[in-house]
Amino acid sequence: MRAWLKAGDFWSGLALAALGTYVVAQARTWDYMTEEGPGPGFFPLWYGSAMVVLSLVLVASAVMKRAAPGKPVVLRDLARGLGCWAAFVACIVLMPFAGFCVAFALLTWFVVVPMCGQGHRMGVALGVIGSAAFYALFELGLSVSLPHGYLF
Amino acid sequence: MDILHGLLQGFQVATTPTALAMCSLGVVLGTIIGVLPGLGPSATIAMLLPLTLKLEPTGAMIMLAGIYYGAKYGGSTTSILLNVPGENSSIVTCIDGYQMARKGRAGAALGMAAIASFIAGTFGVLALMLVAPPLAQMSLAFSAPEYFALMVLGLAMVVLLAGESLAKALLAMLVGLWIASIGTDLFTATSRFTFGQVELLGGIDFIVVAIGVFALGEVLGNIEPPEPVKMIPVPKGLRNLLPTREDMRRSRFAFLNGSVVGFVIGVLPGAGSTIASFMSYGIEKAVSKRKEEFGHGAIEGVAAPEGANNAETGGALVPLLTLGIPGSSTTAILLAALVLWGFKPGPLFIQDQPQLFWGLVASMYIGNVLLLVLNLPLVAVFAQLIKLPAYAMFPLVLGVSIVGVYSNAGSMFELGLLAAFGLLGYAMRKLDFPSAPLVLGLVLGDAMEKALRQSLMMSNGHLSILFRPIPSVLLAIAALLLLVPLFKRFNALRLQVLDTEA
Repeated sequence: MRAWLKAGDFWSGLALAALGTYVVAQARTWDYMTEEGPGPGFFPLWYGSAMVVLSLVLVASAVMKRAAPGKPVVLRDLARGLGCWAAFVACIVLMPFAGFCVAFALLTWFVVVPMCGQGHRMGVALGVIGSAAFYALFELGLSVSLPHGYLF
Repeated sequence: MDILHGLLQGFQVATTPTALAMCSLGVVLGTIIGVLPGLGPSATIAMLLPLTLKLEPTGAMIMLAGIYYGAKYGGSTTSILLNVPGENSSIVTCIDGYQMARKGRAGAALGMAAIASFIAGTFGVLALMLVAPPLAQMSLAFSAPEYFALMVLGLAMVVLLAGESLAKALLAMLVGLWIASIGTDLFTATSRFTFGQVELLGGIDFIVVAIGVFALGEVLGNIEPPEPVKMIPVPKGLRNLLPTREDMRRSRFAFLNGSVVGFVIGVLPGAGSTIASFMSYGIEKAVSKRKEEFGHGAIEGVAAPEGANNAETGGALVPLLTLGIPGSSTTAILLAALVLWGFKPGPLFIQDQPQLFWGLVASMYIGNVLLLVLNLPLVAVFAQLIKLPAYAMFPLVLGVSIVGVYSNAGSMFELGLLAAFGLLGYAMRKLDFPSAPLVLGLVLGDAMEKALRQSLMMSNGHLSILFRPIPSVLLAIAALLLLVPLFKRFNALRLQVLDTEA
């Protein structure tokens, strides 16, 4: 496998080139100039074009190995970060059903036990205490509404 | 006389019980954030911003500013005791501060850090107070083309010093401009980049992006099992925290150097407190008669950078409050806060909002005194925070992020956006894309587009309006800055500056 195919700059450059192309394509559907002056397509067309050019420069420099060697990607760290993000998304999806307190307690348990390697007892304790503290401080103390679900 | 009158008015505002309480809360929170490695003032201010929207703006602004400069006081504690900077701006304090601690002089180093921070921080506020009003007066002559050029220059400086790859910094800024464009066009009511979602017609809230990129991105990027902390103990008793008379005598020039360099660098967009502290350290070492002591525990090596990173705060507030141009991600968040409260930072800000401006200035004098009073006797207590396990802190950050975003919009859609921007922040960290240009592009995007379109309306679409004297000079400087990487010698200098930051 070619080395540049593994480079983050190559793939991020391609993704940004796609975004830039989308911006330019959308901008072309809006007025560039109107009787009063520049239209809604004026500014996006310029920065979209700049985005395409710069992202292609990034791709080219990754292919030609001119890009600065980035930090080596440690798969374990990546899995940890993405795992935590997935748990955060799951917590948000769960909130309309279980409510903030239950969803947040589960998220806390996930961060404490599988992510940070602590014991279940610590995970459960922090989850329960954390949720109760958030409920007491925000919902009861500061009258800030937390997401509620069918459960809580 | 106007300044004196304004300051008196400011002290009337800043000495009310509410303002004093908010100032105390801000500086204590700031110190705690500064002590905790991994959680910075940008993330904290972003997380707390939505919770402050219902508060009285002057008090809330005093608190957020307190977090900003308080974090710089706290950052030195871990640098000295642990050789781990709590804040980027305290990196250089590790060099001599930690060596002093190893030689049994941790107390003097901590005390000197607090005293230098106080002196230079106060100098920074004094300079802000003297420089901001005349600058605001001068910039009253600016119209749309000058503003557009000024914003381009500000972004160019931030991009230049944001990271090794100029292409990545520019791309991050362009993504910021794109996010700012999402929603309804102010001039023609055309909906842009909304993907058919009604929720996006009003645009993407800055708070969601800032919390996602900074707070969530920080948690995702740092999540790992805890490591044992080996900290040098803090000496007991206030007397052991006070530098000797000889230390103070040796640091006289360092106080002045840190104050002036910190303030001047602070005014320049993009440079920031890390560069200010490195520059003042370099100057201190260059002019010192005891060069050989630097790196082995020279007290001036603590005083100069700690002073510089605190004086930088006053400098950074000058372009923010008088021109509405932030120079860093933290000041960009403060700008967003002011806009969300309905204020318009710019040339008329001091004139239109004297209570807020002068109240903020006066609160910073009070805040610096509070920080000195708090930091000397309580440094041992703050130092214990280093032992706070990350597994307890991460859920707290995630929880406050959720509550902050939900309390602002009350919609699950915004929480979905928060998760998306969290992933973006994480990806940017992993791929070495700087986040400051993205945030600045987002904050300035609307204003920049508005200024450009207004300029072209004034000239019936002719770009010649941008070649008036002031805009043409500003745009020429911006273009030159962006061409710097093409010149080997200048690029080497730029990379050297970035290296010191890294």
